[in-house]
Amino acid sequence: VENVRLLDRLSSRKAALGTLYLTATHVIFVENGSEARKETWVLHSQISSIEKQATTATGCPLLIRCKNFQVIQLVIPQERDCHDVYISLIRLARPVKYEELYCFSFNPKLDKEEREQGWKLVDLTEEYNRMGVPNNYWQISDVNRDYGVCDSYPTEVYVPKSATAHIIVGSSKFRSRRRFPALSYYCKDNNASICRSSQPLSGFSARCLEDEQMLQAIRKANPGSDFLYVVDTRPKLNAMANRAAGKGYENEDNYSNIKFQFIGIENIHVMRNSLQKMLEVCELKSPSMSDFLWGLENSGWLKHIKAIMDAGIFIAKAVAEEGVSVLVHCSDGWDRTAQVCSVASLLLDPYYRTMKGFMVLIEKDWVSFGHKFNHRYGNLDGDPKEISPVIDQFIEGVWQLMEQFPCAFEFNERFLIHIQHHIYSCQFGNFLCNSQKERRELKIQERTYSLWAHLWKNRADYLNPLYRPDHSQTQGTLRPQMAPCNFLYKFWSGMYNRFEKGLHPRQSVTDYLMAVKEETQQLEEELEVLRERLMNLQKSQINDNKVKSKRQDRSKELGLSTSNNSLANTPQEYSNDLKSFPSRSPSQGDEEDSALILTQDNLKSSDPDLSANSDQESGVEDLSCRSPSGGGCLPSEDSGKDSDEAVFLA
Amino acid sequence: MEFAELIKTPRADNVALHRPFYPAVEGTLCLTGHHLIFSSRRQDNAEELWLLHSNIDSIEKRFVGSLGTIIIKCKDLRIIQLDIPGMEECLNIASSIEALSTLDSVTLMYPFFYRPMFEIVEDGWRSFLPDQEFELLSSVTDEWRLSCINKEFSVCPSYPPVVIVPKSIDDEALRKVAMFRHGSRFPVLSYYHKKNGMVMMRSSQPLTGTNGRRCKEDEKLINATLRPGKRGYIIDTRSLNVAQQARAKGGGFEQEAHYPQWRRIHKCIERFNILQESLIKLVEACNDQSHNMDRWLSKLEASNWLTHIKEILTAACLAAQCIDREGASVLVHGTEGTDSTLQVTSLAQIILDPRCRTIRGFESLVVREWLQAGHPFQQRCAQSAYSNSKQKWEAPVFLLFLDCVWQILRQFPCSFEFNEQFLIMLFEHAYASQFGTFLGNNENERFKLKLPQKTMSLWSWVNRSEELSKFQNPLFEANSLVIWPSVAPQSLQLWEGVFLRWNRPSKFLDEAQEEMISIIRYNKELQAKVNALRRQLAEMETDGRMQENL
Repeated sequence: VENVRLLDRLSSRKAALGTLYLTATHVIFVENGSEARKETWVLHSQISSIEKQATTATGCPLLIRCKNFQVIQLVIPQERDCHDVYISLIRLARPVKYEELYCFSFNPKLDKEEREQGWKLVDLTEEYNRMGVPNNYWQISDVNRDYGVCDSYPTEVYVPKSATAHIIVGSSKFRSRRRFPALSYYCKDNNASICRSSQPLSGFSARCLEDEQMLQAIRKANPGSDFLYVVDTRPKLNAMANRAAGKGYENEDNYSNIKFQFIGIENIHVMRNSLQKMLEVCELKSPSMSDFLWGLENSGWLKHIKAIMDAGIFIAKAVAEEGVSVLVHCSDGWDRTAQVCSVASLLLDPYYRTMKGFMVLIEKDWVSFGHKFNHRYGNLDGDPKEISPVIDQFIEGVWQLMEQFPCAFEFNERFLIHIQHHIYSCQFGNFLCNSQKERRELKIQERTYSLWAHLWKNRADYLNPLYRPDHSQTQGTLRPQMAPCNFLYKFWSGMYNRFEKGLHPRQSVTDYLMAVKEETQQLEEELEVLRERLMNLQKSQINDNKVKSKRQDRSKELGLSTSNNSLANTPQEYSNDLKSFPSRSPSQGDEEDSALILTQDNLKSSDPDLSANSDQESGVEDLSCRSPSGGGCLPSEDSGKDSDEAVFLA
Repeated sequence: MEFAELIKTPRADNVALHRPFYPAVEGTLCLTGHHLIFSSRRQDNAEELWLLHSNIDSIEKRFVGSLGTIIIKCKDLRIIQLDIPGMEECLNIASSIEALSTLDSVTLMYPFFYRPMFEIVEDGWRSFLPDQEFELLSSVTDEWRLSCINKEFSVCPSYPPVVIVPKSIDDEALRKVAMFRHGSRFPVLSYYHKKNGMVMMRSSQPLTGTNGRRCKEDEKLINATLRPGKRGYIIDTRSLNVAQQARAKGGGFEQEAHYPQWRRIHKCIERFNILQESLIKLVEACNDQSHNMDRWLSKLEASNWLTHIKEILTAACLAAQCIDREGASVLVHGTEGTDSTLQVTSLAQIILDPRCRTIRGFESLVVREWLQAGHPFQQRCAQSAYSNSKQKWEAPVFLLFLDCVWQILRQFPCSFEFNEQFLIMLFEHAYASQFGTFLGNNENERFKLKLPQKTMSLWSWVNRSEELSKFQNPLFEANSLVIWPSVAPQSLQLWEGVFLRWNRPSKFLDEAQEEMISIIRYNKELQAKVNALRRQLAEMETDGRMQENL
């Protein structure tokens, strides 16, 4: 469709004219006229909703909201075209078969072997070995080898050695969807463990001997402690309501030596609505401070994040400080339980705060234990009531921790944002389907690529420059402040206003420090070279030969290092709350008019959604805001040929 | 008066000091004329706390049996608790502190007694003189002159003795203009934008009154700053409504009819008790120990602090935009021109002028746009967030300005030579200090108090390399550009370094800061090494070549 206008959310005065293309996998908007083609690519799988608004004199507006929090406003001149686009997108954004998803057509030009290597990057058997199991207390059980006991569990499940197959199967029959208690994290220093399950089918009075034996086995696998915490992550009211449906929670009287605890994390429906409300606040056009803060409070979002974090902190404390094992469950044990177990693991074990460890953590607590990625993130057309930002909340929790412990994580914010993006993008096979069983049936590993290998390959982009393996913050358990430090939890504009570059700090400390570190490394190398050469020279001067060739070498070297020195100036952005400048004479300010345009130069990138570099630069740059030295580019910047006046929207 | 008269009990033993995030410490409490001193008894690791009485904002006492507790709330927002055995001692100490922290004579303040323990390299009182500023200006334009019209503070009591005005306006005209402006604060130059020769001026409101008085000289003065055929902007820091109401009291605003080349924009920036209440509410929210997230956010919202930040920044961005983007000159004023006006003119300069983002340049900005421009520091900073008495003149105007600077610094972390600590230090010294810099309400009062002779300048202390190193931003890379901050709510944050300073653990953040510094230091060391080696190599090669040639 031609002559489509792409509107800028922050300013209605800025619009780009261009052509809209629909392909099998992407919506592409190409701006007219400019020398460097400015393009916006959006994966169909990222589309969360499409809204056709009332036709105006200028055309028919179409609003596309994406799952990675991008909002695109298009105005299409002809009502009929708009309708066609709308209908097509509705169909394209809601695939009904897995085979329609992008990962089945995405080809990063890797051969078969590389793909297989990629899938082997994260290996859970290796991970449990790292934790120290199997050992005298824990073993792998093959009871679920054909998914015979629980179809949403992995084939390899770690259980207490004293739990026989009979006990496991018996316990599974007493648990929702047969999700029996299994090991999530084992602390080899004190034998305390975190186990997870679904709720017991206790109703008002039912009990199950095998389930009681199962919990006892877990407790006994930690000989240093004489009781076991059972943490129900639901609000008490919800858990009680479940009893009427024959489900519920453990009765302390029936189980020997358990301490039962409710932690009120709300269910997926509350969370979905909360996010919805918060996004409405983010979408407000020039909100006042009160609008924003009031909306943020009203959404309840940060309250929920804090509840999840507090639950994780409680469990980490029990394991690390009290040496007590914990069994965590919610209703089905695949949402809140996954959140809480992974937060606790992250706090307890520095390994999960490394890049590789974080991949392993998501693989362990989310992918392998049957978190329903397809349902929660709406990869295939399904019940909208199943959709909920469960893993988004976990990812945000990690960010909140990063803000409090700036040196504790090997990875940076960008890493989290890109993982969130790919959970929805369906570009890689990792998060397809609802369980390991479904993924194996689909032969995901043979037909798609692994995100982890992709991130690992680009790991230099995701490093936290402040991370040092020998730093005190990278050791041992993280102990964040519990309540009442509400103010420690902050709105994450880097995620929820990710595409409004104008709202973010114009200079990134992370990028700056990364560039400094890169330069440091080059300097170290150069220092080596220079020292060597000095030694040679000293020798050669004695021998008095071949000075000239070295001089040439040296000049080459100098050239290299001057380009390294020009790292400082991250581009700045001219952006202002134009709404607040009512008196601007309309004849002026052409400079700004052309400033905010949604583009992405994808032609040279095989990874169309996230070219890391364009993502990190705050693109918009005013000609007059340029460093006079002209050296305003980071060494890694590849956007040199993109216009000076472009904001990059991935 | 002798301080000893006020000190009923100079010393108490077995006092316990409680502070958040620290274990309680037992020790001895001493009161002197200007300090409250607590020193722990532990010999090995003796810890001392020195607190200026003038830093104490309010004091509360409580008794449980014979154990008295004094809770001291400071202007820097810290709260400490002292448990003092003995009811009488406790009462005596409390009343002594109360008396000593509310001395009403300026000349009894600590700066008049303070003797520096450091070597004075540079007298801060002479570091930033208007003549130097004018010299800089003269090198780029000759359209302005230095007027000594206010030499004896006779024309305008709140202006400095010398001001910069358009060359074409003589002192006689200035006298007439002064009669037409509130508090005689006639328009003077605040900032000259070298890039395009546009200027920012500031003044107080014109005294148009209800019958629309006009003053030809006033019109001539401000028109003198316009380029031929160009228009200018008047930024009134009051809402149109407030400005209209001011006419009833003899004030008012510039009428379009009389200032046809000027376009007036009203931006509402709050003043006085509204700001003071906002600060009190914000600090209360930050100290709230309840466990409820909703309550925190709603209290933060209800304080309106960030709303004020947004308003002030927006007005400053607007002024900067008019100058840099529209190529227009700007006149800024509110009512008196001593509060919101100065917030706008000084922030606009930080946006526009890279010099103001250096340590020295920022100090110069504070001197020019706050101290010399007559911001009544003594009135505004007499009390802080814990004040009980409702006095009319307190307002955290300067703190709001510093907060706005911090917001810009956060958005442009590599463009400022100073760090957050520098801003916090200025906040502390504006409210309580051993230096005379922020005493008095204007240059006139400072002159009468003989501050330069009798007290030490803050700048004499700060501008020594030992101190400066604490305030330097390791990320600084000179940035000659105009920096446009975002004023969207998502971009503005609570200034934790000030408001949560005493009630959040800062260890991990401090560690991150240290890590950052060491990364950069190591890089610089390597650079120096590499350069040295390169030089050495080059020399050896030249030598070698010379030998060859021989």
